[in-house]
Amino acid sequence: MAERKKPKLAVWKFSSCDGCQLSLIDCEDELLAIADEVRISYFLEATRKVEKGPYDISLVEGSITTPHDIKAIREVRKQSKVLVTIGACATAGGIQALRNFKNVKEFIRCVYAHPEYIDTLTTSTAVSDHVHVDFELRGCPISKHQLLELLNATLNGRKPNVSHHSQCIECKRNGVVCRMVAAGTPCLGPVTQAGCGTLCPSKDRGCYGCFGPMETPNTASLAAHLKELGQSGRDVQRLFRSFNANAEAFRKESESHG
Amino acid sequence: MPGVDTPASAATVFDLDGLAALVTALKSKGYRVIGPRVADDAVVYDDIDDVRDLPAGIGDEQAGGRYRLRKRGDSAVFGYTVSPQGWKRHLFPPRQKLFAARRSATGFEVLPPDPAPPPFAFIGVRACELAAMAVQAKVFGDKDYADPGYQGRLKDAFVVAVECGEAGDLCFCASMGTGPAVKAGYDVKLVELAGKDGPRFIATAGTARGEKMLGKLKAAKAADGDLKAAADRVAKAAKKMGRKMETATSARLKEFSEHPRWDQVAARCMTCGNCTMVCPTCFCTTVEDVTDLKGDNAERWRMWDSCFSVEFSYIHGGPIRSEARSRYRQWITHKLSTWFDQFGTAGCVGCGRCIAWCPVGIDITEEVAAIHESLKGRK
Repeated sequence: MAERKKPKLAVWKFSSCDGCQLSLIDCEDELLAIADEVRISYFLEATRKVEKGPYDISLVEGSITTPHDIKAIREVRKQSKVLVTIGACATAGGIQALRNFKNVKEFIRCVYAHPEYIDTLTTSTAVSDHVHVDFELRGCPISKHQLLELLNATLNGRKPNVSHHSQCIECKRNGVVCRMVAAGTPCLGPVTQAGCGTLCPSKDRGCYGCFGPMETPNTASLAAHLKELGQSGRDVQRLFRSFNANAEAFRKESESHG
Repeated sequence: MPGVDTPASAATVFDLDGLAALVTALKSKGYRVIGPRVADDAVVYDDIDDVRDLPAGIGDEQAGGRYRLRKRGDSAVFGYTVSPQGWKRHLFPPRQKLFAARRSATGFEVLPPDPAPPPFAFIGVRACELAAMAVQAKVFGDKDYADPGYQGRLKDAFVVAVECGEAGDLCFCASMGTGPAVKAGYDVKLVELAGKDGPRFIATAGTARGEKMLGKLKAAKAADGDLKAAADRVAKAAKKMGRKMETATSARLKEFSEHPRWDQVAARCMTCGNCTMVCPTCFCTTVEDVTDLKGDNAERWRMWDSCFSVEFSYIHGGPIRSEARSRYRQWITHKLSTWFDQFGTAGCVGCGRCIAWCPVGIDITEEVAAIHESLKGRK
């Protein structure tokens, strides 16, 4: 095969904990192979070397929380052929989107000695609320396996094998006994997109919904069942208000409990 | 799994040591022995080393969306009903490599397949599960397009069936005509009876290789009293089914595609796909191609899929079944009604797994009963 031109890869950070970028560095065994196939042009967490755009693939971590973020994400979009958001912050607003349900100005007054220095939006929102996004990788953090698959598929010109069905399907394929049915453990699996590798259910925990809503989430049916399992309205609200609190299906469900 | 029944030889009886000897004999013949054992708050079918792994004294309670283990108060090793997932995941693995290929100077070459794994020996197969194997054998067995992987695994598997002495709250094999009596498809059939010093097993061979295997065990001829006790147990189980399917209506479901019940069930259905995953006959798959970074090596994998996923019915322009009602209707109508058109039988064997493992407890028998009731007074 003719030597293909190495695509330029950029990795961007907005409001986030850096965990998803770290998933790329965490590829360890595959990292050198990736570095052989792409040109890492902008990735401040990994290297000081910075190359100018435009970029072939941009991975964007983090949510949009400041006026500066809005300008910056538009510039990233302008410089990127393909823009992929990575993680719950970039795809849904992240845990910091809990601010969307509260009075942010009040927080600032309580926390900072000089509130006048703080320039922030009242909301934390997904990148796709601001610019066009070509593909989303879910998770808090993302799955290293899905990240590799995305890069691999992009390099080979094929569709990434990333499913949008429920976590339950992944649990059943892996032979995990359902925690909710067999132990009565509250679980968001039926309304959550698969992809984490069955992390919590295989360790006797219910699903926390890190991968956000699945393709057709019936959150009302699950919420009714969680209450039958003994969860209070407040419990149900808290379950839906975590890493993907601002994902539409989870946000709406959380707003009808409390 | 044998295709035809051979005349049963005289029944013999042995105790747990006899069963242990059977497991040992199977292992020494090179079988990978799969049987019931307790793991993750359930009786699952998994590799067993010896009879000490079996769930002695453990039963289960099942209801819609609920499964709990319980202590039986005896030492029965087959005292549970059915496991969360059946034998499907062994005969029809959730992920299966179809082939691997490597780029060559002129195109690509398909690599030789991986060596076949050792054959399975299944210990504790219920009548409904034997029926499910027969249903899947039909699905994967069209003579012109047989799936050699499935057929090979099934043909090579040594099946030790266990006849049910009790029916679970979600069982309805009697309605579906698949149980509880074990009639065909086994190498060895066991009936477990309680004894003073632990369980005893009445064993009957269903095939020549089953007979040969039983011949290796120290066993006494079963007494008439034991045979009667065994017959009584299964007859009692048949009368105590926890659920009943209205089969006259279920076979006609395809006539009721606009029934208002579909909207009611869709309000509860989460389209999570659990019912299809645990169903011992659901056979739908998707195919994924994976490559290495350079694109020099590729593999094609077949994976369990579900008619409850949007992508499953996606064709150019969008999914055919975008609503929950149409997906649930598709699943239950195929399972109970159009399966006859396709395979000459129902796709449901009455094991009740879809009821137990639906997180919100949607009940296939209740859904059919609702439609059945609505027809009363109509032609």
